[in-house]
Amino acid sequence: MNIGRLIIREILFRKLSFALGVLSVLAAVGCLVGALASLRNHDRRTEQIIAAKQAETQEKMELLADDYRRITLKLGFNVLILPKDQKLSDLYADDYASKYMPEEYATRLAKSRVATINHILPSLQQKVKWPETGRTILLMGVRGEVYMRGAGQKPMLEPVQAGKIVLGSELHQSLKLKVGDKTRLMGHEFTVAKLNDERGTKDDITAWINLAEAQAMLGKAGQINGILALDCTCADARLPLIRAEIEKILPDTQVIEFASQAIARAETRNRASAEAVATIEREKQGRARLRSEREAFAAVLVPLVVLGCAVWIGFLALANVRERRGEIGVLRALGVRARQILWLFLGRAMVMGVVGTCLGYASGQAAIAGAEFNAPLLAAVLVGAPLLAALASWVPALLAAQQDPADILRQE
Amino acid sequence: MDTILELRDVQKHFRRPDGVVRAVEGVSLRIGAGEFVAVQGPSGSGKTTLLMAAGVLMQPDSGAVVIAGEEPYKLSSEQRAGFRAAHIGFVFQQFHLVHYLNVLDNVLTAALALPAADAKERAHELIKRFGLANRAGHVPSELSTGERQRVALARALLNRPKLLLADEPTGNLDEENGRLVLDCLAGFAKEGGAVLLVTHDPKAAQVSHRALRMENGRLAAS
Repeated sequence: MNIGRLIIREILFRKLSFALGVLSVLAAVGCLVGALASLRNHDRRTEQIIAAKQAETQEKMELLADDYRRITLKLGFNVLILPKDQKLSDLYADDYASKYMPEEYATRLAKSRVATINHILPSLQQKVKWPETGRTILLMGVRGEVYMRGAGQKPMLEPVQAGKIVLGSELHQSLKLKVGDKTRLMGHEFTVAKLNDERGTKDDITAWINLAEAQAMLGKAGQINGILALDCTCADARLPLIRAEIEKILPDTQVIEFASQAIARAETRNRASAEAVATIEREKQGRARLRSEREAFAAVLVPLVVLGCAVWIGFLALANVRERRGEIGVLRALGVRARQILWLFLGRAMVMGVVGTCLGYASGQAAIAGAEFNAPLLAAVLVGAPLLAALASWVPALLAAQQDPADILRQE
Repeated sequence: MDTILELRDVQKHFRRPDGVVRAVEGVSLRIGAGEFVAVQGPSGSGKTTLLMAAGVLMQPDSGAVVIAGEEPYKLSSEQRAGFRAAHIGFVFQQFHLVHYLNVLDNVLTAALALPAADAKERAHELIKRFGLANRAGHVPSELSTGERQRVALARALLNRPKLLLADEPTGNLDEENGRLVLDCLAGFAKEGGAVLLVTHDPKAAQVSHRALRMENGRLAAS
């Protein structure tokens, strides 16, 4: 016979009292585990929502970026690569470059896979007299973009086929030309392939023809006087980066930027990116606020339930002590020590705590859909709840241990 | 004859709202090994208080209690509990068995205080000796009153005490069972133990070696 055996026998005898105590521990542990599992679920759900939101935003951003790209592409090229010896004063005065460089530069630039620019368009541009109409126009020879990222890259400017001509709005309107019309330019016959809308720039008096034909007409075989490009990353202070990179590949060139287009392009992209970050941040703040509310509720509910259960366990222990008064008296008379009597009741409370914890943990987990098994939490409540149950039973157990056996035996 | 229990001028008073109750008043008594002493007296004469004082359960206001050469009231509370377990066996009128334990476990509750390797063997031996072998697995509510008292006797004897204190052990028993219990107490004395029995039962006094009478807290020869 030992105290443990006595505890088990008593529990089996007074099942209802024990079950009520277990129920109490179950409620406290279940409430705690449920609250924590709920918060963990919230965190997990938040991660999922944020991840989904990020993926959704990323997708939208890509669509938006594509939209912006298309919108900003309409702003045209924003970088111009010129021969190094070209005076900018002449360029701005004449509207075209008077110095030339090999057409091969465009290919070299594309093959070098520069990171700071996109869309490379070699061109030969010159202000010429259109003798057949008596007009002064800008003649632009283009061969189409030199692809940097393979043939799949969508061009900003479609190439002009040999024998075809694309006309600015002022030209085709004043000359009353339509797509498919034949027209002569500097003795060569061209078919009108496309009529551009009004842009409000010098493009309105520009005629685009095939680069090779332009080179032949202007006597500049294999020569170009500009490479138009589009900067790609839109970071601040991008021009020095572009210049540094291109200078390494084409040392005898210079780079200028059409500031307004570049800034507009950069700002739209930055704005879209900032909006995406703000959307996710708002979602995170909303979830954090919800978690904080739940946490505050649990912080009130759990201690209240635990306290209530502890008081209930204390009352049950007190009732148990009163019910077993005679037993305590005779055990003490037989020589059982006060501390053994103390352990008789504390041990009972701890068994109650262990059983209640196991059931409470299972209940708390079951009550929260999708709750995951949490071994450290189970270990913590397996230690904490029996100790708390023992603590709640401490005073009744102490009263039992201090009872005077002579008093009990005389009164029983 | 070795002295097992010696009471020297023991006095115990209780304060009540209506005055002081002089439960035990200057009692001196010596019981040797192998001696069976019966104390008779009317209710309220102080018999049970005397038994409690002798049983190291109630400290006298004055006087000395010496058991097996030791003065247990000079020990601490926990040491007194150990002393009781080692030297004293109790038998009560109400048996005071633990409801939820069977006969064997009830007998073994005495081993809680004084664990011994042969406790279970000794419990079986006592159960057999008291004719309870076929009742070992029964709980007290399934036993007759006589059987319950025999279980209490077996429990009292488990730790091989030197002194057996019995408080009206035959009070709730029929004649046959009463005789059986008295025979057991006498047998214990015969084996060298000391017995102090407090009772109303005149038959008990006849079985004892010495019968004393207690009135108003004072002891006198019967």
